[in-house]
Amino acid sequence: MATLDVVVGSRIGLHGRPAAIVARTAAAQPVTIRIAMGDKPPVDASSIIAVLALGAHGGDTVTISAEGDGAEAALDALAEVLAKDLDAETADA
Amino acid sequence: MPDLAGLGVSPGRTAGPVYRMAPPPTLPDEVPAVADPAAEKAAAAAALRFVAGELTRLSGQVEGPAADVLDTESMMAVDPTLADAVAGRVAAGRPAAWAVTDAIAEQQEAFAAIGGYFAERAADLADIRDRAVAHLLGAPMPGLPAPGEPYVLVADDLSPADTALLDPAAVLAIVTRRGGPTSHTAILAKARGLPAVVGCAGVLDLADGTTVAVDGSTGAVSTVSTEDAEGIRVAAAREKARMGEVTGPGRTRDGHPVPLLLNVGGAADVNPNAEGIGLFRTEFLFLGRTTAPTVEEQERAYAEVFGALGEGKIVVRTLDAGADKPLPFLGLAGEDNPALGVRGLRIARDHPEVLVDQLTAVARAADATGADVWVMAPMVATAAEADAFAAEVRKAGLPTAGVMIEVPAAALRARGLMEVVDFVSIGTNDLSQYTMASDRMNGELADLLDPWQPAVLELVAGVAGAGREAGKSVGVCGESAGDPLLALVFTGMGVTTLSMSGTVVPAVRAALAAHTRADCERLAALALAAPDAPAARRAVAEAS
Repeated sequence: MATLDVVVGSRIGLHGRPAAIVARTAAAQPVTIRIAMGDKPPVDASSIIAVLALGAHGGDTVTISAEGDGAEAALDALAEVLAKDLDAETADA
Repeated sequence: MPDLAGLGVSPGRTAGPVYRMAPPPTLPDEVPAVADPAAEKAAAAAALRFVAGELTRLSGQVEGPAADVLDTESMMAVDPTLADAVAGRVAAGRPAAWAVTDAIAEQQEAFAAIGGYFAERAADLADIRDRAVAHLLGAPMPGLPAPGEPYVLVADDLSPADTALLDPAAVLAIVTRRGGPTSHTAILAKARGLPAVVGCAGVLDLADGTTVAVDGSTGAVSTVSTEDAEGIRVAAAREKARMGEVTGPGRTRDGHPVPLLLNVGGAADVNPNAEGIGLFRTEFLFLGRTTAPTVEEQERAYAEVFGALGEGKIVVRTLDAGADKPLPFLGLAGEDNPALGVRGLRIARDHPEVLVDQLTAVARAADATGADVWVMAPMVATAAEADAFAAEVRKAGLPTAGVMIEVPAAALRARGLMEVVDFVSIGTNDLSQYTMASDRMNGELADLLDPWQPAVLELVAGVAGAGREAGKSVGVCGESAGDPLLALVFTGMGVTTLSMSGTVVPAVRAALAAHTRADCERLAALALAAPDAPAARRAVAEAS
């Protein structure tokens, strides 16, 4: 099984729109990707509700895992999305 | 009916009759027995698919952020986790409508336990539940009222679907009993220019048709006569028209200049006609990178922004990231309190090369474009930090060095800081967070994060006073500089420039043009004398 640790790049975390983008990206992969944070059991990364329920904030580390053909490429694709800041720039002065 | 008060989240004044949202369907007390679990499971799945389809259809009728929220909610309706939970409850003997209700309640609890932004996603789930249950019971779909006249929409809370679909021509304003400053109501009302008040206790007790005046800045909701309502609407329309007429540089009625600068995050945000840039956020070059951007890459990006502005100064903020906004190439350790950790200028403690490279790139871009470039550091707490930063800026060949005032320690010691830097700029969002010890991402603490809090205003006044004594520029570049009333208060305190996003410049320019400097000083005194944030806002709103 391939696994990868990724630091969440979206500042406010995987809420609303960022969670939707992550779930959509996971659903588009040829293999099932699971996502976990902390000591909670891994959940289906293509489920937006499960991704939201992680409560992942920007800077948190999540672990994604998958098995089978193309698992590593699928994880790389999802890791790229997770590490990006998917929130529109918020005023932060 | 006494006057009501909530949190104003989208500015503007209007008045009209209130109408409440159609209530959600309620489940009968008697739970019917399930004869055919397989059929019940299919009915539940079909109802959720129906809801997803409806939301997708509605998303096609709108654009931008509204379409985004509807698409996200549609995804949630057909989510595999939710489908499994519903199927599990049907298998345990619950009828479809009850199974959906139970499964969603469980998920809402999970979101509520996480808090903040996540808790607000519970509104999406409630909307999915109400639509699915209405479909299963054959009850009318919950939704917006259609009274046939422009109205003030009143609701417990609005779902993303409701907010996305409301017609700005039919709705005068929105008032909700629940919801925070980051709720859909707040975001979409602002995008549509509708006055909005959230967290307004007692608003659901107003009978349909009651005429109220709504102030989206102060959060006041008061019952008025229909004649007064007409007058308020006319005055608000006149105010809007007047705002469009005032152009040119920011100045008070008696000609005291208050440059209105822009907060930008890249060349696309630059309006070439702006008076200048008061906050150029440079994070876009660094976030999500596994290696640091080179000096050459940075120079090109900065020159693009510098070249996009016609005239005026450009205040560059050096990298404001770190524990709160992770930078993979720095390999910083995770922290328990990122807002209080290694961020902003503090990164230079272990990685001085990041700052030196950035200043080198800024200096080269300034040379290449001939722009008037000022540089400031974020997250400065002491005069020693400010002094060391200013020395680096000058070593890079840049003439004007300043610091952000975001940490209360820096605000309290502003006199000392101004001995070593050329200017300061107050970041009210972080200054509020640190002064009030309230996480700015936590919607439940919105009342504490209010920039009208006396403690925050007193710090701003102190910094402005220190600037006047030292003869140095004191800017404000937080969200609050774009609040027309606070802009007057800051000007009265002696703040010399205001920096904000481009969309709010006309309102601030119009507010300044309608008041003399002496008026502003009087308003500042009123705000500082008020016992709490709502009283300060009210006192200034009434006197301006």
